[in-house]
Amino acid sequence: MRKNEGGGSVVWGLSQVRQVGRSAVRPVVRPAFRAWLVLAALSIFPGVAAAESASSIPNMMRPEATPAHQIFSLTLFVLLITGAIFAVVAGLLTVAIIRFRSRNSGTTIEPPQIYGSTQVELAWTVVPVLIVAVLFLTTARIIFAIQDAPKPKNALDVTVVGHQFWWEFRYPALGIVTANELHVPVSPVDHPQPTFLKLLSADVIHSFWVPRLAGKTDLIPNHVNTMWIDPHKPGLYLGQCAQFCGAQHAMMLLRVYVDTPTEYAAWVRNQQKPAAQDPTVAAGRTVFETQACMNCHRIAGTAATGTFGPDLTHLMSRSTIASGATTNTPEHLREWIKDPAHYKDGALMPAMQLSDQQLDQVTAYLATLK
Amino acid sequence: MSNLQSDLPMPIHGTLESDKARRSSTALLEWLQSWVVTVDHKRLGILYILYSIFFLLVAGAEAIFIRIQLAIPNNHFLTAEVYNRFFTMHGTTMVFLVGMPILFGFANYVVPLQIGARDMAFPRLNALSFWLTAFGGMLLYFSFLGGGLYGAGNAPDVGWFAYAPLTARTFSPGNATDYWALALIVSGFGTLGTAVNIIATIFSMRCRGMTLMRMPLFTWLYLVVSGLTLVTITPLTAAQFMLLIDRYLGGHFFDTQAGGSALVWVHFFWIFGHPEVYVLVLPAFAIANEIIPVFSRKAIFGYPAMVAASVGIMFVSLGVWAHHMFTVGMTSVTNAFFVLSTMLVGIPTGIKIFNWIATIWGGRVRFQTPMLFCLGFLYQFLIAGLTGIMLSVAPMDWQLHNSYFVIAHFHYVLVGAIVFCIFAGLYYWYPKATGRMMSERLGKWHFWLFVIGFHITFDTMHFLGILGMPRSIYTYQPDRGWNTLNMVVSIGGFIQGIAVLIFAYNFIVSYFRGDVAGDDPWDAWTLEWTTTSPPPVYNFGEEPEVRSRRPLWDLKHPHDTDWEYEG
Repeated sequence: MRKNEGGGSVVWGLSQVRQVGRSAVRPVVRPAFRAWLVLAALSIFPGVAAAESASSIPNMMRPEATPAHQIFSLTLFVLLITGAIFAVVAGLLTVAIIRFRSRNSGTTIEPPQIYGSTQVELAWTVVPVLIVAVLFLTTARIIFAIQDAPKPKNALDVTVVGHQFWWEFRYPALGIVTANELHVPVSPVDHPQPTFLKLLSADVIHSFWVPRLAGKTDLIPNHVNTMWIDPHKPGLYLGQCAQFCGAQHAMMLLRVYVDTPTEYAAWVRNQQKPAAQDPTVAAGRTVFETQACMNCHRIAGTAATGTFGPDLTHLMSRSTIASGATTNTPEHLREWIKDPAHYKDGALMPAMQLSDQQLDQVTAYLATLK
Repeated sequence: MSNLQSDLPMPIHGTLESDKARRSSTALLEWLQSWVVTVDHKRLGILYILYSIFFLLVAGAEAIFIRIQLAIPNNHFLTAEVYNRFFTMHGTTMVFLVGMPILFGFANYVVPLQIGARDMAFPRLNALSFWLTAFGGMLLYFSFLGGGLYGAGNAPDVGWFAYAPLTARTFSPGNATDYWALALIVSGFGTLGTAVNIIATIFSMRCRGMTLMRMPLFTWLYLVVSGLTLVTITPLTAAQFMLLIDRYLGGHFFDTQAGGSALVWVHFFWIFGHPEVYVLVLPAFAIANEIIPVFSRKAIFGYPAMVAASVGIMFVSLGVWAHHMFTVGMTSVTNAFFVLSTMLVGIPTGIKIFNWIATIWGGRVRFQTPMLFCLGFLYQFLIAGLTGIMLSVAPMDWQLHNSYFVIAHFHYVLVGAIVFCIFAGLYYWYPKATGRMMSERLGKWHFWLFVIGFHITFDTMHFLGILGMPRSIYTYQPDRGWNTLNMVVSIGGFIQGIAVLIFAYNFIVSYFRGDVAGDDPWDAWTLEWTTTSPPPVYNFGEEPEVRSRRPLWDLKHPHDTDWEYEG
């Protein structure tokens, strides 16, 4: 160091940096401050909540299950630290630029040359080390809390199988197989009933992500993963595949219905029944069983036992088709059977070249599968 | 013949053709041939840079198509198939055909000049490396033609990280994936050649008096980058060979249906992919290390710490790859390990930012275009670093991974830091390479439009990620709360597009009409500014001798030289 004019200023910079260290070692966000942070975080999205129905927004800042909640609290803590770092460093940079701008472009006098300062440089090495220590310990605590949470005896087991481009849900203990719309019981805080998901893939890597319930976990062929959710409030939670998995990755949407205990029991009872047998749509069933439909789809209690496509036993109990590409109405169903590419170009279901009459018949049949 | 002439920007006189009628066309051919057969490091550097700028415009156009498609929900501007090809090509192009070649172009042009050498250590290897890289790029883009132009031909559509087993022949029939793998293998060999060359040049070609600790930081960082490149590109090349063996020779490395492992590919890719980020960002730091001191009129603060931090980043960056894999189901202990190693990167990076601020502190800042871009870089890199810390917090990454938050974060690094520094470097060394200044007025238009467009686009993207929008989707549902934000992102994209077009115009027109630069237009301190602009083919008439890190400072201030103070 030489030419001490600049030296004093740099020491001033040091005292600013130290303040980050002081606020950072406090491991808990005070409740009042936390409320303020939540408010600030939510106010960042102007007009979004007002313009659109908020419950359909998969916003990770509005958690409704323990894993998502823990991540949310950690997020606020990290935002607090990084925000403080930003304020100090960007502030210093701005002060430096404004205060030391060249006022006289004609001058040839150079400012004092300063090559460095061991003390100052040591200080701004030690402070980040402390911040990293605090951040790491907080993070590790949450990682272990979420990832290694013990599985309670009453937990519901669901096996999730990712397919190009849809979700298969299997409830081994209940004998239920369904697709794209996961039903789980609500898990109140006072007597929790979490759902543990076993994640598999039939083809390529997918990723299960419902932001308001938990972080995402990948579904990898030849590699079993698990995750868990315990939604505190009944309702519909949206998500979608979060790992690029091919042509229609964008239309691999995910709906999680969190049911009250009575809703859930009714849903289970209905799903456990064999498929409806309605003689008025026998023609449609014949079409289904004599065309290639039955090679890929299963309808319990009939000859259709395929497993490549979604189980259709209770197709009409689902509110969407084609993994959320459109709503499940007979008109949409007919259009989808006629030409899957209309809703989902690249879906693996082929257009079966059915006649209009066959289309009407098979749609009428499927519409009875409640 | 042409070599004697090549110190002129366009040596079209002196053709061997005596027939006047045919003279001009022959001269043009001779000129073209002289560029193809050249082994001059400056010409190869310029070729690298022009090649990259061309692909920057191509990848930018792809980005504009992507943003038109995403501007409104359920859009049908592009089909899913074409969209997937475009985002794959956008990513692959920006990393392999823009980022790497342009940064090696700077190294080619500047490093020998900065160390007082007359060329690279292996000039012909240098030419081979460039042409391998160039042909790799052409092969990649030929995929658009292979299979017919309709539906964007046979361009790769598996994402730039090409996760197995989506790349297996079962899921990726045709040759799209082969184009991707082969093109990157070819250009990868070019990159390795250049890295070897830069290391050899820096170790063996420095002028008298230039010890390692007197090298300009720019050169120091390229030494680090080249070392990192050698250990980074090789696993990718190996993985791509394994992929091709799987696809054509019945191998089962990544074939999950035959017991292979999808995760092995993910590991291989990110063992390449994360250090690759530093291969790209360290050269950006290198450029900032030259420009910030010169335009603050102060020596870099803490030179030894900057060197140590760069070497530190290199080593730490080799042990952080699995932070791209927090969602693949690693154990909690493994996750915690990679959280810690990733956070450690923040320490040397923080040192660098503090040193840059300290360099400005007490200086006399001149706001010319190169410095404006470097100041933009400082703010944006700070934010990129902080969002990086957020993503290193594994539980946050479980939410944000593969969301638009990640897209925003890495564009903050790749555009906000790296592309800003690339522009700064182009404005800074353009006068040296061409003898003419780029227009300051257009440069300022370029900077302000680019910085505004950048922030409109990428600041907004963070919120889309928080609202649950995943990456790589060609369209989205209208009820997710993403509509307005996506429109804003697209508008910002167009503003950046306009800014880049202004740059391209400035870049071309200044060559013909720019002010004459002279040897040292920025009043700088490193050796490249002692020679003429553009430098003669032999660079220096006599070998320079240096006694400090800033030989030109010593020359300009004989009573206040650096070497009196450096230890």
